[in-house]
Amino acid sequence: MGKKRVIPGFGLSFGITVFWLGIIILIPLSALFIKAAGLGPGEWWKILTSARVLAAAKLTFGASAAAAAVSTVLGLLVAWVLVRYQFPGRRILDAIVDLPFALPTAVAGITLTSIYAPTGWIGKYLADMGIQGAYSPFGVFIALTFIGFPFVVRTVQPVMEDMGTELEEASAILGAGRWTTFRRVIFPVLIPALITGFTLAFARAIGEYGSVIFISGNLPMKTEILPLLIVAQLEQVKYEAAAVIASGMLLVSFFLLFLINLLQRRLNWQTR
Amino acid sequence: MKSRLLLTFVLASFASLPACKKSAGTAGGTVELQNVSYDPTREFYADINTAFAKKWAADGKGEIKITQSHGGSGKQARAVVDGQPADVVTLALAGDIDVIAQKGQLLPADWQSKLADNSSPYTSTIVLVVRKGNPKGLKDWGDLTNNGIGVITPNPKTSGGARWNYLAAWAWAEKHYGGDQKQVLDYIKALFKNVPVLDAGARGSTTTFAQRKIGDVLISWENEAYLIEKEFPGETEIVYPSLSILAEPPVAVVEKNTEKNGTTAAARAYLEFLYTDEAQELAGKHFYRPRNAAILAKYSAKLTPIPLVTVDKDFGGWAKAQTTHFDDGGTFDQAYGTK
Repeated sequence: MGKKRVIPGFGLSFGITVFWLGIIILIPLSALFIKAAGLGPGEWWKILTSARVLAAAKLTFGASAAAAAVSTVLGLLVAWVLVRYQFPGRRILDAIVDLPFALPTAVAGITLTSIYAPTGWIGKYLADMGIQGAYSPFGVFIALTFIGFPFVVRTVQPVMEDMGTELEEASAILGAGRWTTFRRVIFPVLIPALITGFTLAFARAIGEYGSVIFISGNLPMKTEILPLLIVAQLEQVKYEAAAVIASGMLLVSFFLLFLINLLQRRLNWQTR
Repeated sequence: MKSRLLLTFVLASFASLPACKKSAGTAGGTVELQNVSYDPTREFYADINTAFAKKWAADGKGEIKITQSHGGSGKQARAVVDGQPADVVTLALAGDIDVIAQKGQLLPADWQSKLADNSSPYTSTIVLVVRKGNPKGLKDWGDLTNNGIGVITPNPKTSGGARWNYLAAWAWAEKHYGGDQKQVLDYIKALFKNVPVLDAGARGSTTTFAQRKIGDVLISWENEAYLIEKEFPGETEIVYPSLSILAEPPVAVVEKNTEKNGTTAAARAYLEFLYTDEAQELAGKHFYRPRNAAILAKYSAKLTPIPLVTVDKDFGGWAKAQTTHFDDGGTFDQAYGTK
């Protein structure tokens, strides 16, 4: 704080930052942990290691990771098409990508369910192939892909726009093939944005409730997600147990996001 | 600069103090009541409120405005505990109002004795809804465990209605197997093996069954079953099982709130109105079973009389039923092998 900056006002802006983070993030989260602290470590352990919570955790984190991974690959492709090609309807397509952001998640859940249910448009054909769309872990994955996909497109797109075509041209002139150009020139530039997109999609998917509960079928041990178990605890007026599951979820998520951040830093450093 | 920083911190700590509660006073002349209710009562209370306001004005008491709030019964109860300014609650389970009494201390523990008939001006029961013509020949609870039958019911952990369904099935099995607990639990296990979807709420299950055409039978509130017939004419049939459960959705004045709002008298009059012939007729019209025997008889062509068990007599009250069956490690968890 001693040094003079070009733009003054560190004190005020820092104060507002702390104030804002405090009222909208830190205080609610501390309240959550204080509530959860109403139970001893033994109770914590018992709740977090019960078969039902573990099964739900596996599904929540597994399906979220899978959905975020698929969103990353498809999101890269869509961003590429939107940035690099001119075709009629491009702007409309571009706008459509944002729809999952705006749509109430319950609407998304109900719509996806009716399409992927064994009687729905797509679910019918899936059923013929012996795949159950809605009311299965696969259904959870579908919903999470739907809500996570725009995050990847929107984080990768601006980086791609900045990149221009000069790098690729230079690479081609220097004799690199298409695959080498993609792998050695384009991909390294995009990696940080892709990881950010993956992280956002992943984090969003872990907490998603509204759309998933409609499509999952909520069968204990099979298709229950962690947020549903939290609601189930609240329904029994067990606020502490709900807070314990939420805190556990938060800690695991924080740990995973921290790991991803670390990975991103290393990759950033390597590509420089 | 430092002092400004300090100021912001001070501001931050002030913001974290609980905000002062604003009391919802009555606007001059007009009395306002808030009725916090559960999901399927929307249409019923819309009619009741119009009728009550008319009577209130006719009695020369001026204008009364009733606002409604609907949602899952348990969620609504928690909202009232957390400060939603309800004057009256009309919920699905006595247990939910107990929560308001215990956790919120907003009404006395003996609230259920304040009004006639366990404070339940109308009742309902649980029935089976099947596809038109009953192609799978489902007649009673025992048929639901047959091979290849799809049973739709919501998750008892998250839905009040689902708990009634569960207890109705349990009561039948208990009678059928002469009280052998192991056989009853095996029946419940087999029943839930046939459930492909456990929606979070009763309306969700109705949609799954009626709109998405999933499953062969829906376990449902009686009034909801008739609503399905109205919405999807010619697609479903109602099957009355040999035994079901008497559901008594209770009502109560949230005394702590009405004392603050000065609405105690109006709230009490509103709930007592539910016992009048006019309101009992409306209940029957909306497929709830009126308490008034004469009016119930008028609707008995639809609201078929069948033997009904009660939670108080056959399950030892809601608190006990909740711990035995639905809390963590209860029979529902056992049926799913999660504990």
